[in-house]
Amino acid sequence: MNTTASLPLPQPRTKVEAIERSPGFWSGVLAKLMRDPVALGAGAVLLALIVMAIFANQLLPADPYATSMFKRLKPIGFEGYPLGADELGRDMLSRLMLGTRLSLFMGITPVLIAFVIGSAIGILAGYAGGLVNTLIMRTIDILYAFPSVLLAIALSGALGAGIGNALLSLTIVFIPQIARVAESVTTQVRGRDYVEAARASGAGPFTIVRVHVLGNVLGPIFVFATSLIAVSMILASGLSFLGLGVRPPEPEWGLMLNTLRTAIYSQPLVAALPGVMIFITSISFNLLSDSLRSAMDVKS
Amino acid sequence: MNTASRADSAPIVSVRDLRVTFNGGKKPVSAVNGVDLSVARGETVALIGESGSGKSVTLRSLLRLHPERRTRIEGRIEVAGEDVLALGSRALADYRGRVASMIFQEPLLALDPVYTVGQQIVESIRRHERISPAEARKRALELFERVRIPSPERRLDAYPHEMSGGMRQRAMIALALACRPQVLLADEPTTALDATVQIQILLLLRELQRELGLAIVFVTHDMGAAVEVADRFAVMYAGRIVEEGPTREVIRNPRHPYTLALMQARADGAMEKGARLASIPGAPPDLAQLPTGCAFAERCTFVQPACLQSRPEAVELGGGHRARCLRTDATAQAVAQSARATANTSILLTETA
Repeated sequence: MNTTASLPLPQPRTKVEAIERSPGFWSGVLAKLMRDPVALGAGAVLLALIVMAIFANQLLPADPYATSMFKRLKPIGFEGYPLGADELGRDMLSRLMLGTRLSLFMGITPVLIAFVIGSAIGILAGYAGGLVNTLIMRTIDILYAFPSVLLAIALSGALGAGIGNALLSLTIVFIPQIARVAESVTTQVRGRDYVEAARASGAGPFTIVRVHVLGNVLGPIFVFATSLIAVSMILASGLSFLGLGVRPPEPEWGLMLNTLRTAIYSQPLVAALPGVMIFITSISFNLLSDSLRSAMDVKS
Repeated sequence: MNTASRADSAPIVSVRDLRVTFNGGKKPVSAVNGVDLSVARGETVALIGESGSGKSVTLRSLLRLHPERRTRIEGRIEVAGEDVLALGSRALADYRGRVASMIFQEPLLALDPVYTVGQQIVESIRRHERISPAEARKRALELFERVRIPSPERRLDAYPHEMSGGMRQRAMIALALACRPQVLLADEPTTALDATVQIQILLLLRELQRELGLAIVFVTHDMGAAVEVADRFAVMYAGRIVEEGPTREVIRNPRHPYTLALMQARADGAMEKGARLASIPGAPPDLAQLPTGCAFAERCTFVQPACLQSRPEAVELGGGHRARCLRTDATAQAVAQSARATANTSILLTETA
């Protein structure tokens, strides 16, 4: 006891500052992402797309809804139409830019909702274990048994066309996938020594879930969910392509791909443009989620 | 280390006829079969035994860490006046960490990887006491100084993987001491560390125990480590304490053939090249099917027909030394005869001194 009493203790005030200065987990992750060129590139592309989606109205070079019978299916670089014109003579560049809005919305929203619901279900099942786990996870398995494309189409078809229903069906498609990941990660974490150590120091089940389970589980689930955004975009495009999602004349990449497919022989480059946008966006999300995975691994 | 006088006062840990049965598998497994143990304030008791002897199970029972649904705990556990087996969930959470807390074998696994050690200590303190984060952090810093972590201020903000093994175990000890417990339970605290660090951690534990008047129950299979810190030895086999007594007494005069065999199985520094390590023939009994007689009988060199009849009761040998064996005299003779055993003993004793 004497030894510590004689040690010179720094003033308490400096310690309060030290708490504020102590580097948080997320600032560490951000620092690692900033050093990763792939993450920076993918992030820049996504940022540009998001800016484009938000400020589409200010940035549009032409009216994306204005049709013209004389300027149908013009090639890339046609005068006044930098990226050509579609089958109704509408400016492709404007439509692609405005399409970012709906496509990103359809990509991110279902995953976000499914992330919240699926994580909650998965963590509950994983932490409770036993019968509760069996009941929840077998129910999830039933939904999981359907291929996601088929399930999305079936649900959208049953619910009827429209953005809201497409969002709902995509959310339902992603909940089982996220719940399964959440459950398996939670089951792993639950058996870890630090959870037992927390119990040994008097933590109740609520504290353990809030601090130790969430702290260790949300990262991996988040990374998985990020990779689902690309899938969600493609599925949403697919639904629109089938006429189950976004309705014409709203520009959405999947729908544009659908309506332009008849022009695949006359203007293949223009017809492929919405697909290129989908590709760029989804690969950016995938690359970012990969970088996020390695950046969030505390041990690296 | 004169503990005889301290051991006379009311024990802080008192375990009576503890039986722990796990019902998870096909057959119930009796991991602990009637353990009696008392630990006085400021005393260090080492529970020694091989894997599956029930030492860790006994230790975990003191905090009731076993899964409730699949475990049956019988007997009586009293720690600092609290009847541990009767505590409700709320009271149990208050008891854990505040009255008794635990150090785990592998600190890298027992510390949460996504939080800094400082955050974990602050969290643990604030779980039991209503104090501000700044206040809790001040306590954490004091704890780090107490467990001799260099540049403690900086170390508080380190993640577990950023620390060395010895440093992590010190942090683990600081975490265990965060809420000023009276009893510290250590589950093989040095097994995962390398030899030089082991000694430092053991010395730290002994120092903390003296300064804070902690009672320490220390589980290990390493007799050398146990001799360093323990006031008393309790040797476990097949879920029972087969021999118990003051460290010196047990080391110098083991009276249970199992204790003797364990000591002979120690590998000392000056072993000749090519010399075979002594070992105990056979394997520990199946805990799902314990024999009616002495559990050690089938591996024992002094076995007699009487040993197979019933479980031997504890034989008092004076000075708090007891052994559950019918043939304590045979062991005593073997100790006296065996030159090798005495050589081992003298080495152990010099280490104690």
